[in-house]
Amino acid sequence: MTALRIVHTCAALTAAVCLGASLWTGLADRGVALAFGVLIAVGELTRWSGAPVRQAAPLGTAGSLSYALLGPDAGHPTLHDAPQVVTVVLAASLLGGVPHIWCGRTPTLDHLARRVLSVGFAAVCFQPLSNKGVFASWSGPAYALLLVALLVLTALCDAVLAAALAHSRTRWPFGPLLRDELRGLLGIGSAVCATGAVMALAVAVVGLWALPVFCLPLLLTQLSVRRYAAVRATNRQTIASLARATEIAGYTPAGHARRVAALGLAVGRDLGLSEGELTVLEYAALMHDIGQLSLVDPVPAGATAGLPPAEQRRIALLGGAVVRQTGVAAAVAVMVERQADPYREQPVAARVIRAVNAYEEKTRDAGPEAALRALEDLRLGTAGDYAPEVVESLARVLARPRAWGEGAPAKGDGRRTALSDPAPGWVTHG
Amino acid sequence: MEAVPARARGYVAGAALLALLCLLPLPALHTPWWALGLLAALYAASEYVVRRRFGGTFHPVLLAGAFLLPPPAAALVPLPAALVSPVEHRPALPRRLWRAAQPALAVWAAARVHWALGGRDAVVGCDFPYALLPAGAAVLAFCLVLSLLDGGLRVVALGVPLRRAWRGLLSRSLAPVAVHGLAGLMMAVLWRSPYGPVAALLVLLPMYVSWWIFAQYHRERAAHQATIRALVQAVDIKDGYTRGHSERVGQASVMIARELGMDDERVETLRFAGILHDVGKLGVPTRLLRKDGPLTPEERRIIELHPEYGHEMVRGISFLGEARAAILHHHERLDGSGYPYGLVGTQIPECARVVAVADAFDAMTSTRSYRRARPVEVAVAELERCAGTQFDPRMVTALARALDRHGWHPAVTADETARAAPTQQPVAGSRSGAPR
Repeated sequence: MTALRIVHTCAALTAAVCLGASLWTGLADRGVALAFGVLIAVGELTRWSGAPVRQAAPLGTAGSLSYALLGPDAGHPTLHDAPQVVTVVLAASLLGGVPHIWCGRTPTLDHLARRVLSVGFAAVCFQPLSNKGVFASWSGPAYALLLVALLVLTALCDAVLAAALAHSRTRWPFGPLLRDELRGLLGIGSAVCATGAVMALAVAVVGLWALPVFCLPLLLTQLSVRRYAAVRATNRQTIASLARATEIAGYTPAGHARRVAALGLAVGRDLGLSEGELTVLEYAALMHDIGQLSLVDPVPAGATAGLPPAEQRRIALLGGAVVRQTGVAAAVAVMVERQADPYREQPVAARVIRAVNAYEEKTRDAGPEAALRALEDLRLGTAGDYAPEVVESLARVLARPRAWGEGAPAKGDGRRTALSDPAPGWVTHG
Repeated sequence: MEAVPARARGYVAGAALLALLCLLPLPALHTPWWALGLLAALYAASEYVVRRRFGGTFHPVLLAGAFLLPPPAAALVPLPAALVSPVEHRPALPRRLWRAAQPALAVWAAARVHWALGGRDAVVGCDFPYALLPAGAAVLAFCLVLSLLDGGLRVVALGVPLRRAWRGLLSRSLAPVAVHGLAGLMMAVLWRSPYGPVAALLVLLPMYVSWWIFAQYHRERAAHQATIRALVQAVDIKDGYTRGHSERVGQASVMIARELGMDDERVETLRFAGILHDVGKLGVPTRLLRKDGPLTPEERRIIELHPEYGHEMVRGISFLGEARAAILHHHERLDGSGYPYGLVGTQIPECARVVAVADAFDAMTSTRSYRRARPVEVAVAELERCAGTQFDPRMVTALARALDRHGWHPAVTADETARAAPTQQPVAGSRSGAPR
């Protein structure tokens, strides 16, 4: 928890110092401060509080960044300094967050800490020089490029910060988390940065009228992000239900697919898979037994790991055929089809599913020592069936003090999008 | 290989001629050629990417051109894009002509209106909020011309009746184009500012990302529909002779719901309820479902568990809403002799009563392995006989009325995905002619 504490302490210190400095000197350019404050508060109000998505409040973030990088206002130089930027952003974010807390949504300090630090960074880089008039002699395009460069730098720092926070909260490896954050910058992250730069430049040209004019396109972006997240969640629910068909039909024990998905995700994270690969792994794990629906008579207890290899492969191919008819990515069907192959011919996700499925089948309805015996069995099988690095990763995951799948037990069924999702508030994206 | 009717060719040629007329005053004008070139290249590039990856068109650059350039020059902006961007269907020439002429005319009209209202001075002088007025008027003109031309094409190429050709075209396009117009205005203002075209380019990035996310949304939604189809097909695999039954029950449920005047959202829920009503059969052993002879009481009891299995399966899918209750209760009877709970009268959820009627109707009118299909009239008479004891009379009457009005033409897509015939596209290749 050290990184977490360091980040939070830094943010709190920054906020306190800036607040003190602003109280001491008073606010400059109050009209501009008010306009940006309102913009940021509105952005926070419309924050997406459903499934965790990257950039839940793009409008708030873009508004904060553009205030930090605001030079002139309709041609007149502005006088606000870095502490004032942080104070206004913090106050507006808190104000916009009040209704969310009122509705009983868990407030997370992470996004606030990230915003304070990243906005503070951008403002400290830019405002002192701007207030001294260093950029007055710069040509227009060079100035625009400077803003873009500063925003890129800020976004990189923010990604590192986000990955560090997520790492210390979840103990997932830092490298893949950082890679996913950086990849996220290419999507909506770049839109937010560009909007921040455009707003700062547009206010410099036409004054505060630029804010509402350019808010609207970004609100549209926010809306489509939200709809996308919603339909994604719905799709997950449907796939989870499809996965439960085998359990209801009595082919597999209740909760088996869900447990394999949760444990498989933990192993995948430990192996450093990217976000996209993890999604494929999760879907494939949920549907890995779907081929059994095509059997006329069920396999005893659904335990495919004990069947002859040819039979296992036949069921896997049947499952792949069903999965291909669903709308999920073709990669998922491939993983389902190849789950029974020898590990040397398998893609990583299929290796994980094979090992985790076997472990799950061997440990269910068995005593406390079954886990050790199952792991031992898997280790003996690393000659051909199970990939050694996956089995070792599984052992690491199981040895962790914290239960691997916080969301594994059937709790809050309809609310959470997938039971293998991390609990809300684990990873937050400002 | 669909042929383009001669009238449509004539129509496109006429539009191209009009566009050429718009370009005529060009040599006499003082045109900023480098700005025009840059905008045209930008539009061609974004159009190429957007059309290839997401479909549809990308308006902010066009509108920025309308706000920046004199009308004849602005009409040139969409030209290179029409030549460069790929054409999916043959013949290519009229399609390319149309893709050049239609936006050229629309941009010309927008630029003309903008110019007349003094928008150019407002953009150069950053005269806000006045600049919004000419920009708004230009967006309106842009949309009007686009939908006018599109509607005309629908009439001549697709034979859509005159009354219906323009329905919904304008209202559907106005909101997205207005947002694009705001982005275009911002682009134009920044372009003329000291920060120059570099700053203007930045405006495009959020628009592009927004478009990308929107496309992802559509892909995910299509994926979701496929998942539901897969659920249904999984039932079809097990229960051979009910092929297409689920979808037809969905259609009959929709007919009843429309007749009862339910709102669109509920109608959609009932479609899902009808499609998924038998999903619980996944839980019944295949051997029982495929058994030909009479069932023993024990076997019958197992089959009668399917509504509960189905409810258990779809319980976690929140968007299904009351369709889940319909799945649980679609075998209840009005007199209380149904299963699983033996509910009576209005205790049975309304949507379950709808699905029960639709289910029985399709079971009677489709061929099963053990008997031939009955005619629609016989089935309706049978339903009316059982109304009050087994079925809700309101639903039966509604179904009979809907059948009188529209007839019964079940179209099943589940088995025949290969039938995806080339859709009747207008020459432009834009979706159903709607300006996007």
